[in-house]
Amino acid sequence: MSSTFFKTIGIRLWTSALVLVGVSILIFCIARVIPGDPARIALGPNATQEQVELLRERLHLNESLPVQYFEFVRELFQGDLGMSLYTNRPVTTDIGDFLPATLELVVFAGILMVVVGIPLGVLAARYRDKLTDNVVRLLSLLGVVTPTFVWAVFLMLIFAFYLEILPVAGRLSQGVDPPPGVTGFYTIDALLAGQWSTFGDAFSHIILPATALALTGIGQTARLTRASVAETYDKPYVEMAQAYGFSDRRIASKYALRPAMIPSLTIMGLDFAAMLGGAFLVEAVFAWPGLARYGVETILHKDLNGIVGTVLVISAFFLIVNMLVDIAVAWLNPRIRLQKRWAG
Amino acid sequence: MVAILRSEAWYKFRRNKLSMVGLGLVTLIVLLAVFAPLVAPYPTHAGAFVDFVNASQPPSATNWFGTDLIGRDILSRIFFGYQVSLVLSVVVLVIAVPIGVGLGLVAGYFGGWIDYLIMRVTDVFLSIPPLVLAMAIMGFLEPTLLNAMMAVAVMWWPWYARLAYNLSRSESHEGYVLAAEVIGAPKWHVLVREVLPNCLPAVFTKITLDVGFVILIASSLSFLGLGVQPPTPDLGSMVAEGAQYLPDMWWMTVFPAFAILIAVLGFNLLGDGLRDALDQGR
Repeated sequence: MSSTFFKTIGIRLWTSALVLVGVSILIFCIARVIPGDPARIALGPNATQEQVELLRERLHLNESLPVQYFEFVRELFQGDLGMSLYTNRPVTTDIGDFLPATLELVVFAGILMVVVGIPLGVLAARYRDKLTDNVVRLLSLLGVVTPTFVWAVFLMLIFAFYLEILPVAGRLSQGVDPPPGVTGFYTIDALLAGQWSTFGDAFSHIILPATALALTGIGQTARLTRASVAETYDKPYVEMAQAYGFSDRRIASKYALRPAMIPSLTIMGLDFAAMLGGAFLVEAVFAWPGLARYGVETILHKDLNGIVGTVLVISAFFLIVNMLVDIAVAWLNPRIRLQKRWAG
Repeated sequence: MVAILRSEAWYKFRRNKLSMVGLGLVTLIVLLAVFAPLVAPYPTHAGAFVDFVNASQPPSATNWFGTDLIGRDILSRIFFGYQVSLVLSVVVLVIAVPIGVGLGLVAGYFGGWIDYLIMRVTDVFLSIPPLVLAMAIMGFLEPTLLNAMMAVAVMWWPWYARLAYNLSRSESHEGYVLAAEVIGAPKWHVLVREVLPNCLPAVFTKITLDVGFVILIASSLSFLGLGVQPPTPDLGSMVAEGAQYLPDMWWMTVFPAFAILIAVLGFNLLGDGLRDALDQGR
C-alpha cells in the first residue's frame, strides 16, 4: 500500500462528506423553499388553523431558514429524522423496518448484474461481429431502453401469470412466517435458522423483482465490458499471450478482462446505486414492502419528514457505494496502488 | 440539405442499418404525434371520453389494441400519449440543456473557484439517484404536466454541465483558443464564439439520445402516479392503470408498454448512429 493510495482515499472521503452536506442542504431547500406552507400541504385542506400552527411549531417553520437548517442538522446528528406524518412513528423506525427489504432486492439485483452482465460482455468481445456478439448486443440494447416498470410487468405476466412458475407478489407466501430477523434479508435469515422451505419460498419471491431491477444494469454492464474488453484484445500483450498459445479461457479471464474491469467498475457502481431509483418501480409492481414503497407513500401523503428521511438515506447509500467503488478502482489500478514503489 | 445528404457523416450513418431503423422509428413517432388528431381512429378518446358499452374490449377489427376500462380506444390514446411525451421531452431539454451547458462551459473555461463551486453543486445533484430526485421534487408539488417537466429538468441539467465542462476544459487548451486569447479577444467572446461551437456536436448527439431517456424517466414518474394526471393520455399512467387488471385485460398494459419501449429504442438507435457518424467524421 502506498501513500498515494491512502491519499486518494482521503481526498475521496473528504469530497463525499462535502457532497453529503450539499445533499442535505438541497433536500432541505426542496422541502422548505417550494411555494406553499409545508404544514398546510401535509395536513390537507380540512385541518384547522390551530392544527397547522401546532405543526409549524413542531417543524420549526416559524424560524428563519438558516435556523431551520441548523435545527434539522442538529436533530439529524442525534439520529432523529422527526415523526412520519403518514405512519405516526419516528421516521428512523420506519426506515429501519423497510430498508432491509429494499437492500435485499438491490443486492440480489447487483449480483445478477455482475454475474450475468460481465460474462455476456466478455463473450461478445471474444466473438466480435459473430452471431454471439450480435445477440448479446441486441439483448443489452433491449435491457437499456426498456423502462424498469415495463420489465417488471412483462416478467410478471410471463412467469407469474402465464407459466405460473414463480409467485406474483410479496416477499413470502401467505401462511409462511418470516424467519427470525438477524440481517432483515429473509433469504439469509432463513438459511441461518436452517429453515429450508422458508428459504425456498423467499428465494422464489425475489427472483422476478430482482431480475426486473437488474436488466437495465445487465445491459449496460454487458455493453461496457464488451467495449473495453474488445479494446484490450487489440493490445500487444494479448497478442503475445495468443502467440504463446495460452488457452482462450485464460486469455479472456486473465489478460483481457482484468485491465478492462477498471472503467466497467465505475459505471457498475453508478448502475448499482441507481437501482435504488429503479426499486421504486419494481416494489410498486411486485408489492414488495420496502423503503421505496414507503417513499412513494410518503410522497403521496405529502409527509415532509418521511420524504426527507427517505431521500437522505438513499443518497447516503448512493454516496457510500460510489466511494467504495472508487476505492476498489484505486486498488485495482497498479499505477495508484503501487505508485510509491513504482516511482521510486 | 443537399450538403448534409452528400456529407461523409450521412454516408456513414446510412451504412449502419440500426441507425436507419432508429431514424425510421423516430420519424414515425413524430409524425404520429404531430398528426394524432388526423390519424387516430377515435380522436375524441384523447380526453375524458366515456363509453361503458364498449369498455374493456379485447383487440378487434374496430379497436386494434382494444379499449380501456371506460371504453376509450387504446391505439388512439397511444398516439396522443406520444404527443404528450414528445412535448414533455422537448420542454425538459429546452430548459435543462442551456442551463447545464452554460454552467459547464463557464466552469471548464474559467476554472478556479467558479469551477470548484459549480462542479461541486453539480456533484450534489448527481449524488441523488435520478428518479429519486425527480420524485422528491414532485412530492412537494401538485402532480401536473408542467411540474413534472420542471422536476425532470432539475434532475437533468447536471449531466449537461458535466459534459460541457469536460468538453470546454479540453477545448480551452487547443491552439485556436490560445490564438484568440493572444490577439486580445475578450474572454466571453472566446467562450461563446470559439469554445461553444466546438462543443455543440457532442451536445446535440447527447440530446438525441436523451429524448428517449427523458420519455423513460417521465413515464416512470407517471407510472408511480407522480406525473401527468388523467384524463391526459400518458403512456406511463396507462401501463400503471392496466397493470391492476393483469393478466385478463393484458392489452391495456402490453400495448402502451411496447409504445414506450419503441420510442426509447428509436431515439437510442438514432443517437448512437449520430455519435458514430460524427465521431468518425472528425
